[in-house]
Parts: sequence; structure tokens; C-alpha cells
Amino acid sequence: MEKGRAAPGEIIVGTDSHTCTYGAAGAFATGIGSTDMGFVLKFGALYFRVPESILIDVEGAFGRRVGAKDLILSLAGDIGADGATYMALEFTGRAIREMNMAGRMTCANMAIEMGAKAGIVRPDAATWEYVAARREIEPFDLAGDADAAYRERRKYDVTDLSPQVAVPHNVDNVVDVTDVAGTKVDQVFIGSCTNGRYEDLADAAEVLGSADRFAPGVRVIVIPASRTEYLKALRAGLIERFVEAGALVEAPCCGPCMGGAFGLLAPGEVSLSTSNRNFRGRQGSAQASVYLSSPATAAASALYGEITDPREV
Amino acid sequence: MRVWKFGDDVNTDAIIPGRFLTIYDPAELAKHAFEGTRDEFAREAREGDVVLGGTNFGCGSSREHAPLALLGAGVRVVIAKSFARIFYRNAVNTGLLPLVSAEADSIRDGDAVTVNLAGGYIEANGRRLAVEPVPGFLKEIVDAGGLVAYAKNLDEVETCSTT
Repeated sequence: MEKGRAAPGEIIVGTDSHTCTYGAAGAFATGIGSTDMGFVLKFGALYFRVPESILIDVEGAFGRRVGAKDLILSLAGDIGADGATYMALEFTGRAIREMNMAGRMTCANMAIEMGAKAGIVRPDAATWEYVAARREIEPFDLAGDADAAYRERRKYDVTDLSPQVAVPHNVDNVVDVTDVAGTKVDQVFIGSCTNGRYEDLADAAEVLGSADRFAPGVRVIVIPASRTEYLKALRAGLIERFVEAGALVEAPCCGPCMGGAFGLLAPGEVSLSTSNRNFRGRQGSAQASVYLSSPATAAASALYGEITDPREV
Repeated sequence: MRVWKFGDDVNTDAIIPGRFLTIYDPAELAKHAFEGTRDEFAREAREGDVVLGGTNFGCGSSREHAPLALLGAGVRVVIAKSFARIFYRNAVNTGLLPLVSAEADSIRDGDAVTVNLAGGYIEANGRRLAVEPVPGFLKEIVDAGGLVAYAKNLDEVETCSTT
């Protein structure tokens, strides 16, 4: 994304299920396996089933400290973990048009959590501005026809949307933050391909505000998604604020998201994470619990040591 | 040959936890298949056993280690009511046959099962259950032992264009 290699209309494959993130730039992007990739490298082509599309039309404006992650979690709850299997989700509507590219990446990123093959944000002026700042490209019109055949057209309105939380152990177990507020957390992870961009860290820092410290006893782990995002956050003073408040800031990587490194959970521990999957055992012990939320909710919860509604901070 | 029955939304972290992704040998991966989810699987699964899932089998990551771990355990066929798409591709590409059967629920854990592809059915408890036909070229890939073996006989591929 940040190198400008993803652009509207392109076909992108990657050996990571969250390759669908590039859909934020209007590309058809989908995850494949490593043998698939070997075939792509040799032949420059791959077999695909052409997906049907579901139109996700999102109207309204987000309330304070509610945003893209809350929207995509609520969609996962509504559509279900396999409600879009083999299909493409096409995101459009006012709430999407007014969303920054970081938020669009968050939405496209989690299309796979509904089984989708791709999640594509309909390109608009913001898309072209982002892509044209990174490579030479002439904008063109790319949108579904007015009479396009969709498998389904779903309408949403985010005006009254509350911060959302996915509770253990499936991404589609989604509730309003108020339903789980007060749940004690041992670890808060802010990062991942879902929410590890500068804008995500800025959301978390805004909630942190001028508070001295995160709650004692909570491991707060902040991992920018890339070196570029790390530098942006560093230069803006966000990293300093997180470290002052007691967070551990690690070099860009997936971190504890898939049980790789930094902050693996012990049996019985509870983690609130801005990543994309809360499967049993995903972040360490199979006896641990993982909740998923936005960076704002994660920061609010890190301040109090329990799941906290960021609107109340 | 017995059936190992699992529920809906079996994810790839359950099939092979992320901490084992540095392993590539199917036999080694098989020692950790379903670790933390169903520990006896790795100990007791035998050549020819069948894994049975509900809906959305194999959801989650694109790790090819998931079908490889099952293959390493001797499993050659996975039956489910539906599959997550990347797992489905990875299964075909590594030579593990994924079969869709709307009647998968009627098979019980531990049942003996026979797969008759030519006849388009599976047999469990003396009952015949229909399976969806596997598209021809996918079957050819599985029969070749996976996409690598299949591709060795290809000089070029026919591509389609949308222009």
C-alpha cells in the first residue's frame, strides 16, 4: 500500500490471508497459499473462481471515538464468519467516502473474517490522491454499474454505532463495548495489519491524552505495522507518549497477533487486541482469552485495566 | 479408517497452531495437528482416516501447513458442509481432497467411512451420503498429488482476459 503498488483495478495475490487489505486502494486482492504462489511465480497466472459481490452501503457519520474497526467488527457480527465465503465485499456510501485510507485498510483487511475472497473499497478522489502520490497513474472511473448484479445489497448506518468488541473465541461474536465493560485485561495489544498505522496509533494516543500511566499490571504493547508508520508516529511524538505511559513499543512485525512474538498469553490471561482474530490459542495459550477492539477502545481499556468504553474516558 | 468429527468454523490456528509454522515436514507437523484443540488426534490418527467438519472448515490464515499437517497424519480426504476458500485451495494444491456434503452432519465421530468418488458418494454406517462433484481440473490436481506435480506437465497456461 505505502509503496503505491496497489491501485484500482489491479489483481494482487499474497501468501497471507489479509492480502485483502489492498482492496482499500480499489484493487482485487486475495490471499493464496505458498504452492499457489509458486505457480504464480512460474506462470504469471492462477486459477480463480469469479466471486459474486455483496454491496456494503454504509451511510451516516461516526460518533466520537467510533470508527472503521467498530464498523467492520459489527459487519462481521452481522454477516457471520462464513457469510461472505467466496464472495467480494464492495464498500461504498458516505461513511466510507469520509473514511481516511487507514480506516479503509482496516475495513478491507477484515473481509476475510467473513470468508470473503476480497474486500474492495469503491475508488474515489481519496483513493486516487493516495495512489497518485506514490506512483504515476491516470485516474479512471471504476465502479459497479447502477444495474450491476449483486448477490445482496446491504445497507448500514453508523450514526448510532457503539464501539464494538469481538469476544472469545470467534471474530463474529460481536457485542457493544458496554456489554463487556469491566472485564479485566492482562494485556492490551495495539498494532497489526488491521490497526497498526499512524492514524490508529494517533487514535490511541488521543484517548491516552495527558494521563500519566496506563493501568499498573497491564502489559501494553504497541507495534507499528511498518517502518514508515513507525517513523511517522515517532516524529509526531506518539511513541514517546506511549513509552512514558508504560507501554512496550516493539519493532514493526505481527507481534502477538498469531502467537509469533512479544506478549504471548499465559493460561488464564485475557488480552484486548486491535488485531483481527481471537481464535482459541491464537495469541499463545489455548486457555487464554482474546477480545478484539478498535485502538481507541484498546487505549481506554489500557488506562483502566479493564474493557472500557472510550467515549467515557 | 475412522471419522474425526469437528464442529463449525474450525480455523487453521486450531488445525496447526502458529508456533509450529517453522516446520515444513508434514510428518513433523502432524505431531502437532489439533494441538490444544483435540490432543488425541496426533496420537491416534491413522492412514486413511477422514476429517469431518461443519460449515466454514479451515477458516483463518493462509498457512499451507494446515492441509500438510492433516496429510502428514495420514488423512487424504476432508469432508465438510462448506470450506473456507484459502484452505480449500491449499488442500487441492497439496493433494488433500476436500469434499462438500450437505449431509455431513449425519456422520458421527468415530464412524467407519468409505469414499467412493467415482460413484459420487460417501458411505458411513451403511448409509450413502451425496457429495458435491469436484470440478474436473481440481480433481486432476489432487490426483497428480498437488499443484507442483500437476504443473510439472505444463509448459504454459491458457489465460483469460477481460478486455
